[in-house]
Amino acid sequence: MLKVTGITKSFGDTSVLKGVDIEVHKGDVIAILGSSGSGKTTLLRCMNFLEKADGGELVFDNESFTLSHMRHKDIIRLRKKTGFVFQNYNLFRNKTALENVTIGLTVARKEDKKKAEEIGLKMLKKVGLEDRAHFYPNELSGGQQQRVAIARALATNPEVIFFDEPTSALDPELIGEVLEVMKELAKEGMTMVVVTHELNFAKNVANTIVFMEDGKILQKASSKEFFTDQKNDRIKEFLRMINNND
Amino acid sequence: MSERLIGILTDSFTKILIPGVKVTIPLTIISFSISLVIAVIMAMVQYANVPVLKQFARFYIWIVRGTPLLVQLFVIFFGLPSLGILLNPFPAAIIVFSLNTGAYDAENIRAAIEAVPKGQIEAGYSVGLSYMQIMFHIVLPQALRTAFPPLSNSLISLVKDTSLAANITVVEMFMATQRIVARTYEPLWLYIEVALIYLIFCTVLTKVQSVCEKRLRALD
Repeated sequence: MLKVTGITKSFGDTSVLKGVDIEVHKGDVIAILGSSGSGKTTLLRCMNFLEKADGGELVFDNESFTLSHMRHKDIIRLRKKTGFVFQNYNLFRNKTALENVTIGLTVARKEDKKKAEEIGLKMLKKVGLEDRAHFYPNELSGGQQQRVAIARALATNPEVIFFDEPTSALDPELIGEVLEVMKELAKEGMTMVVVTHELNFAKNVANTIVFMEDGKILQKASSKEFFTDQKNDRIKEFLRMINNND
Repeated sequence: MSERLIGILTDSFTKILIPGVKVTIPLTIISFSISLVIAVIMAMVQYANVPVLKQFARFYIWIVRGTPLLVQLFVIFFGLPSLGILLNPFPAAIIVFSLNTGAYDAENIRAAIEAVPKGQIEAGYSVGLSYMQIMFHIVLPQALRTAFPPLSNSLISLVKDTSLAANITVVEMFMATQRIVARTYEPLWLYIEVALIYLIFCTVLTKVQSVCEKRLRALD
């Protein structure tokens, strides 16, 4: 469904992505792991054009694009097939939870307001927040805001949702409610690409693990292989370090 | 205070207040409304880095903020006729006050737009909104909320600055007062009287501002 090859990106003199290939099939849940600064987030942002990649190709639903020369029109069109969940939620502060969820339908896609609200409420129900529909973001906890953000990403019925460290900004006791929602989505067959530090989520929910190191993919493996039969010393050390921190 | 003076002051009160309501207030409201439109456009072309228009905005703000309001009034009303452009006093005042307030408000709004976190814009893109949709539905509503206190300030300044329009023969409150003074020779008490009416106008605005700010704060 979605495939990027040879993606490169530099910020000034620092090369952040040094030729990364990644392929996403329908129904995949891909967890991207790696230490800070390995380029995980940049990769995800380049895949949704929030950063402009310096080079690389992208194939989405059999259409090919050159990442460094994307037409604005194509970017908007492709983004409409995807959803994005940010580390800091980024809910629209001047909109209620329900308006956050429906704006992609009513404004971006010009859909009927009534129908959009129906969908919006359904999505809020899915993340367990229909009773918060008319609350503003500042009236919600971090975990609730992130669940609204997931509902917002879901509302437009995307083919894939990108998650950029969705639980990293949350208090430990709020992480569970967000992961639970994501687990539920995975079960329903939603295609997801998740940059995360949550090893348990990666182990139990993801089918594929991509481990990044220094702007490259060090290993791509099934989740079972990655966690139970790990042969790479660097990754073994990474897993040991994270588990010790827990 | 003599009976004569009290008579003059009570008699003049409505004579000052009527041009206040009929001229000062409309002059303020019309000028301020136009200035907001100018300010939002000037702030946006700068924020969006639109070539040429951005330079134009900088130039306009530079000229307006760097020259006295009174001089601007004179250039437009007394100066332009030399080029064959004759304006009535009231429209001339509207033009000058709109352009002047617009330049200051453009800076206020630009600062407020820049204070909207980048994440809001990225989130807008992520749900499929276009740049203009993000501006009108997400960024500007948030920015105007941030800019509300400085914009209220400039509205209050504008109420008082309209008194300068007396110099280009607009018969607003201050001009009306001057005329009464010329007849009665009671400058001290009459100018205090008009000052008090300005004070009442501004006090009302300040009250409205604090009520609005409380409502807006509830949303932050």
